[in-house]
Amino acid sequence: MIEIGLGHYLTLGAIIFFLGVLGIFLNRKNVIVILMSIELILLAVNINLISFSIFSGDILGQVFTMLTLTVAAAEAAIGLAIIVMFYRNKGSIRVEDIHEMKG
Amino acid sequence: MIAHAFFFYFFSIMAIFSALMVIASRNTVNSVFFLILDFISVGCLFIMVGAEFIGMILLIVYVGAVAVLFLFVVMMLNVAQQKQSWFIGKKATHIPSGLLVGLLIFLELLVVVGGWQYKDNLMSSSTLIINEQISNTHQLGNVLYTEYFLYFQLSGIILLLAMIGAIILTFRKRDNVKTQSYLKQISRDRSSSVILEEVKFNKGVKVDD
Repeated sequence: MIEIGLGHYLTLGAIIFFLGVLGIFLNRKNVIVILMSIELILLAVNINLISFSIFSGDILGQVFTMLTLTVAAAEAAIGLAIIVMFYRNKGSIRVEDIHEMKG
Repeated sequence: MIAHAFFFYFFSIMAIFSALMVIASRNTVNSVFFLILDFISVGCLFIMVGAEFIGMILLIVYVGAVAVLFLFVVMMLNVAQQKQSWFIGKKATHIPSGLLVGLLIFLELLVVVGGWQYKDNLMSSSTLIINEQISNTHQLGNVLYTEYFLYFQLSGIILLLAMIGAIILTFRKRDNVKTQSYLKQISRDRSSSVILEEVKFNKGVKVDD
């Protein structure tokens, strides 16, 4: 309990990943919260990468975390741009109102 | 060791609480604030465990840029206040399936963590050993600018594409905006801009027709 090891960090990553997935599934509000849940999931992935990198003594995990951060930032920018476009066209970004593609 | 454990538990409880508040809070602005708190807690964890550079990048890039971008969009779109929360909705058929899938993923991840404890020699293939003599940023630069330089450039191209895409998506031409037209400015000549006129006594000149 006092000795903090790899398992503690992996458990933290698992819990945050779980909360992110839950946020995507249970959301009925707007799409921005779904984007924030995706950010949470990527954060959990980063926690796993960093903790494996530190506890196995390999720097590669931190390099890969940099690439993940880059992709996450690009994804947030594009997603928010799409949301702004959608709001400008439709006047609402509620999840129920987005059914244009009948998917 | 006691201090390490204390700070680990403090920051991780903070991170889990704020992640919960991100998905459960009614107000979207509050969600963004809790997202910022989550990033700060996890950044502190990264700094504590010895990945200082990634921790600071998380603080600077995420809290400074991405979370503020979220906040900006939320405040611009006027979607902050919602009438009902997600657990009071009329057609609540999605909640059991969502909970089932989420719990299954969580249990699978816990199985992975538990299975990790029994496997000892999985990490013996490490090639880029962390050197304790030089700083974390120095090591990361040593690897990132030499062996993984192509990946570094690729991430730069991804950011450039994201920037161009965001600009193209949100750009629109608006009417009633006065702009300069260089072509009109440089293509006018003397005949269209200057008139010489004989001024008669006591009559004056009519300037505009």
